[in-house]
Amino acid sequence: MTAVALLPYADFLGIQIEGERNGAPLLVMPFSEGLLNLQGGIHGGAIAGLLEIAATAAIDATLEEGEDPRSVFKPITVTVDFMRPGLPKPVYACGQVVRVGGRIANVAVSAWQDDPDRAIATAHMNLAITPPAEK
Amino acid sequence: MAASFDPAELLASHRSGHILALGLRFVANGEDYCEFAIDYDRRLVSDANSGILASGPIVSLMDTAAGFAVWARRGGFKPQATLDLRLDYLRPSRPGQTVTGRAECYRLTRRIAFVRGLAHDGDPNDPVAHLTATYMILGEGK
Repeated sequence: MTAVALLPYADFLGIQIEGERNGAPLLVMPFSEGLLNLQGGIHGGAIAGLLEIAATAAIDATLEEGEDPRSVFKPITVTVDFMRPGLPKPVYACGQVVRVGGRIANVAVSAWQDDPDRAIATAHMNLAITPPAEK
Repeated sequence: MAASFDPAELLASHRSGHILALGLRFVANGEDYCEFAIDYDRRLVSDANSGILASGPIVSLMDTAAGFAVWARRGGFKPQATLDLRLDYLRPSRPGQTVTGRAECYRLTRRIAFVRGLAHDGDPNDPVAHLTATYMILGEGK
C-alpha cells in the first residue's frame, strides 16, 4: 500500500490514518464538540466528509509513488446512506475501490463506531479520472 | 406554518457544533426552504495547490440547509434524521468565492421528508452542486 497524505479539510475534521484494513487506509475521526449537529449527534455532513476522505485515500493507496492523486481524481457524485446516529465517540472509515476504469473510478466506503459490521453510514462515490494532458 | 420555526433563534441557542465550526451562515428561509452560505476558508480545501474547496464542506452546507428546510416545512425544531443524501458535483467552486446552498422540502409525509437543493458560488443559474435527500420524521406527528 502506497503512503497516503490527507487533505487540509481532513486536518480540520481531526481525521488521522489509524492503520490499514483489507489493503486500504483505515481512518479515524476522533470525537469533538465541533462535529455535533443541533440534535446532539455527529453532523451528517461531517460523517459524509469522513467517508469522502476515506474513499479518496483508498484510491490514493492504489497509485504509484509520486503520482499526485488529487489532480487526477475529481468527485462527480457521492451517495450516502445513514443507518445509525453518530454517537459522541470516534468514527472509523475505510474505503474499497470497486473499479478504476479508463475514465471513472468507483469506490464504496463504510463508517462505523464500535463494530465494523454495524455501519453507521455507507457511501459510494464516482470520481472522474482526468487524463494527464488535461491537468 | 413556518412562523413557529425561527432558524436564527435556533442557531443563537447553540454555542458550539459543526455549523459554527464550519462557519455556516443562515441566509434566508421560507415555509418550505432554507438557505445557508459558507465563506471561503483555506482550512477547508481539498488541495493546497489548487485552493479548491473540498467536497465535504459542500455536503455539510447542503445537509444543514436541507435539515432546516424540513424544520421550516414541519413548522418547528422536531426530531429527524438524514436517511440518505446524494450530491452531484456539477463543477468545482471557484477559490475565494462564498458558496450558497438552498434546499427545498418539496414533499412531507408522516414518516419521510423529500428535499432537493442547489449550491452556487455567485450565480444561481450556474450551480456547483445538486442535492437530493430524504429525512426520517421522528417523534410525534409531522
